[in-house]
Amino acid sequence: MTVKKLTSWLAGLLLHLPLLGGAIFMLLPFLWMVSSSLKDNAQVFQFPPQWIPQTWVWENYKAAWESVPLGQYYWNSLVVAGLTTLGQLATATLAAYVFARLWFPGKDVIFLLILATMMIPEQVKMIPTFIMLKTFNWIDTYQGLIVPALVHPFGIFMLRQFFLGIPKELEDAARMDGCSRLGILFRIILPLSRAPISALAVFVFLFQWNSFLWPLIVLNTQEKYTLQIGLAMLRDELGTNWPVLMAATSLATIPLIVLFLAAQKQFIKGITLTGLKY
Amino acid sequence: MSPKTAFGFKSAIRREDFWTGLLCLSPTLIIVAVFTLFPVLFSFYLSFHRWSILKPEKPFVGLDNYTRMLSAAEFWQALQNTVVYTVGVVGIETPLALLLALALSRKLRGLTFYRTAYFMPAVTSTIAIAVVWTWLYNPQYGLFNDFLRLLGLPEPGWLVDPVWALPAIIIMSIWKNVGYHMVIFVAGLQAIPDVYYEAASIDGANAWRRFWHITWPLLMPTTGFVLITNVIFSFQVFGPVYVMTRGGPMRSTTVIVYYLYQRAFEFREMGYASAVAWVLFLIILILTVIQFRYTRKGVEL
Repeated sequence: MTVKKLTSWLAGLLLHLPLLGGAIFMLLPFLWMVSSSLKDNAQVFQFPPQWIPQTWVWENYKAAWESVPLGQYYWNSLVVAGLTTLGQLATATLAAYVFARLWFPGKDVIFLLILATMMIPEQVKMIPTFIMLKTFNWIDTYQGLIVPALVHPFGIFMLRQFFLGIPKELEDAARMDGCSRLGILFRIILPLSRAPISALAVFVFLFQWNSFLWPLIVLNTQEKYTLQIGLAMLRDELGTNWPVLMAATSLATIPLIVLFLAAQKQFIKGITLTGLKY
Repeated sequence: MSPKTAFGFKSAIRREDFWTGLLCLSPTLIIVAVFTLFPVLFSFYLSFHRWSILKPEKPFVGLDNYTRMLSAAEFWQALQNTVVYTVGVVGIETPLALLLALALSRKLRGLTFYRTAYFMPAVTSTIAIAVVWTWLYNPQYGLFNDFLRLLGLPEPGWLVDPVWALPAIIIMSIWKNVGYHMVIFVAGLQAIPDVYYEAASIDGANAWRRFWHITWPLLMPTTGFVLITNVIFSFQVFGPVYVMTRGGPMRSTTVIVYYLYQRAFEFREMGYASAVAWVLFLIILILTVIQFRYTRKGVEL
């Protein structure tokens, strides 16, 4: 009995020790970021390093907020990612409904063609789209970021899979009552699809929020920078002023981390829903 | 429904379906045509021309862009760096994520804490992470070298050392993404019905045999998904390189997309960069097809 207890205790230790070590390693960079953001230039270069600063230098946050329009960057990211997400949800819902339920000439061919475009890497489209935006005069504009991203085959595919799983019988009664095809989408299909649609929304929003290469090419003026571009440029500007740079990075990341902690369950559900149904 | 009475009914439905379908599909079709199909064709066209974008003329140069690329040492180095990065990230991260998922998909004390801790980097933006890690990797004052100094170990230059710069970015990418793939593996594990394990326990199968004969084959679709998406994303890595090293030192972190970006938007070689993009496309396509076939076979076993 005691031997058994001892072995199970040892097994637990063998499991928890690496797990705990790994978890600390995962959190360390975040803690270091916050710790550095509260130090002055003398403390930040101190050896051996100190986790809790002797004096807390909140001025770094003020300096970070004032050295660049961080609030503006936030707003820009919110607008671009938000509108792109709304647009993608709209196009994906409508298209998925057609592919799942309606008769349309060449439906399957069109669906496969759209699905096949998922294989094309962003980089192939990048140069021609940049040239196209130049002729539209869309360089350095939000529509240059939003409009080319209004359709993503992944969302269409995912929602179509879900719509196919909704029993057709649910629609028959509405059909008998003379409900139109669009009416069925809005009154029957959509209310049943809240979970996959909100999962897709989280996924698209995160993806757009974090997008970097395309905004880097399209945007030129500082007032229009998204948060990611702003951060990358700030890194060049501030160089080795690590406390202020870490304060700016904290301001750019902590709100999202808090949001994640608050809505962790939905977040993970969204990731697994979108991740597995490919 | 007999075909005789059905015919008139059916065609009325079809008429409504057609107009509704056209209405619903037209935004998607227009966007795909303008921002996917046209760019892809135009990119293919460009890859056979020389064009600096500043001048209107773009002379046809045949396969010149491709032959120039294949004889450019810089291109091969970029390709090699990308392969090293991809193999490093996917090769280390996938087993790590699977191990974590196996440990964290059962009842365990501190489960929520562990899952949150491992998943947290995945919800933070790559650019912010890259800025923080640039500071962690600082050779004189960074946290990592502080630790190594305290332990009396040699201190690498990390991002300023051509030998260590790429591994440093690989380590950061693994740290960033391991939690995301862990969550996907956990979902895959939870989808395996318990009855298989119960039956195996009755037959007296030990933990390793249960893993090897049940978990591994049934998890193959998830593993395949993780591998395919991770290879594709890793092959297109750009953000960390741009923020942390700008492809240096001595081009040791110039990956293929960074090379393409430089050629197109710093040197204005639109034709040449398009040819690079097509080679990237081809490589990704081949890798995907190979992985798809291989993991599909696993499912049928």
